[in-house]
Amino acid sequence: MPAAPANARFATSHEWILSGTEISPVGISEHAQAELGEVVYVELPEVGRQVKAGDSIAVVESVKAASDIYAPVSGEIVEVNEDVSANSALVNEDPYGAGWLFKIKIANPAEVAALLDETAYNAQAH
Amino acid sequence: MVPFAGWNMPVQYTGISDEHLTVRSAVGIFDISHMGQFLVSGPASLDWLNGLLTNGVHKLAEGQGQYTLMLNEKGGVIDDLIIYRTGPADWFLVVNASKIAEDREWMRARLVPDVTFSDDSASFAGMAVQGPHAVEVFGEVLPGERMPARNGVTVFNRKNGGKCVICRTGYTGEDGFEFFCPASEGAEWWDSFIAAGARACGLGARDTLRLEMGYPLNGNDLSPERTPLEAGLGFFVDMEKGAFVGRTVLTGQKADGLPSKLAGVKVTGKGPPIRAHYPVFSKGEQVGELCSGGVSPSLGGAGIGMVYLPPALAAVGTEVEIDVRGRRFAAAVVKKPFYRRPD
Repeated sequence: MPAAPANARFATSHEWILSGTEISPVGISEHAQAELGEVVYVELPEVGRQVKAGDSIAVVESVKAASDIYAPVSGEIVEVNEDVSANSALVNEDPYGAGWLFKIKIANPAEVAALLDETAYNAQAH
Repeated sequence: MVPFAGWNMPVQYTGISDEHLTVRSAVGIFDISHMGQFLVSGPASLDWLNGLLTNGVHKLAEGQGQYTLMLNEKGGVIDDLIIYRTGPADWFLVVNASKIAEDREWMRARLVPDVTFSDDSASFAGMAVQGPHAVEVFGEVLPGERMPARNGVTVFNRKNGGKCVICRTGYTGEDGFEFFCPASEGAEWWDSFIAAGARACGLGARDTLRLEMGYPLNGNDLSPERTPLEAGLGFFVDMEKGAFVGRTVLTGQKADGLPSKLAGVKVTGKGPPIRAHYPVFSKGEQVGELCSGGVSPSLGGAGIGMVYLPPALAAVGTEVEIDVRGRRFAAAVVKKPFYRRPD
């Protein structure tokens, strides 16, 4: 089971983001990808979009179901991962690496600090 | 695990596609203990069942089974089920879990003298062993027992007195059998089938497998508002046998034409998966809503679904669009089943 980077912070809705950065990739947790099963389609937000924490901004679809992905913090979408659009299995194979979904320019670092660390996230997710 | 008709059931064990492809190429096992079992017997039982079900119950010889439907007075579907003839005047009915209470009350309210009816759903565990290697699993777990012919049934008594029912039927399009045993023995039998090579499969694969075959799921593709003729199940309706509940409406539809037809649709290009309730458009107008939809693991992940369409739009080759979160994707009406076994 891949471990999250030490500075990963988690939303209860299963997205991760990195603390201590101005621009951070966002993806879904190892737990979330395992629960979803094989991801077959990813719909990503538009670059340049201003998002608020909790906005539904992307969709990850497995054979089982379509799941909304929420912005873990407020900010601007500055990049999306075209590789996962082409090969959505990356979300399963490497959720904390090549399977990132989009990058967000963080508006307020305090929102990141308020998220859960991996231990706290795993405790509530399981 | 998800709640399903009052049970907690696994959506997947190892992965939906993986389980799906195992059933297509080898053998899988599904826990179907949630399904309902009714026992019917008595000298008047044949005529009584013929009056409540669409298919010709009288066509069944002992040891045979058939797919059939139970309709309301409007000709709409209450439930689809399989009825097996286990004796001269003995019948074993397997009904959908979500409809056990409704079916039971409907049938009990119409009971006549010389018919015995009982709902034995709670006393049976059930499992469906499905796939091209199912017969080998059967031989290993039940040496010496007779595997019934296609759609057939065998009942045998275990040495300890428990009754087991083997039905050569399923919901996957593959060869296989459904096995019902006393509830207390369910786990033991499950382990035996697993040990003989069957791989555990969940509700997710059960749904993708049946959808590839175009088999309807009651509650999605069948409803009290649609007749079996609209659902494309006319093959399982015997209009020659005399009166049965709903027949008048079907006669009218045969004379006047169908208000809608259940069509199979397949996404033309690449796109997101299509799912139940997504709107379906033709020439800019909404013409229906998917009643089932999903990804077809046997067809390389193609999006497939079913939708009730006006008959003029239900012809194979008709182009439609499916709305996925506000974006429309091209699809076409295709022949069912979506998947055919390579022979």
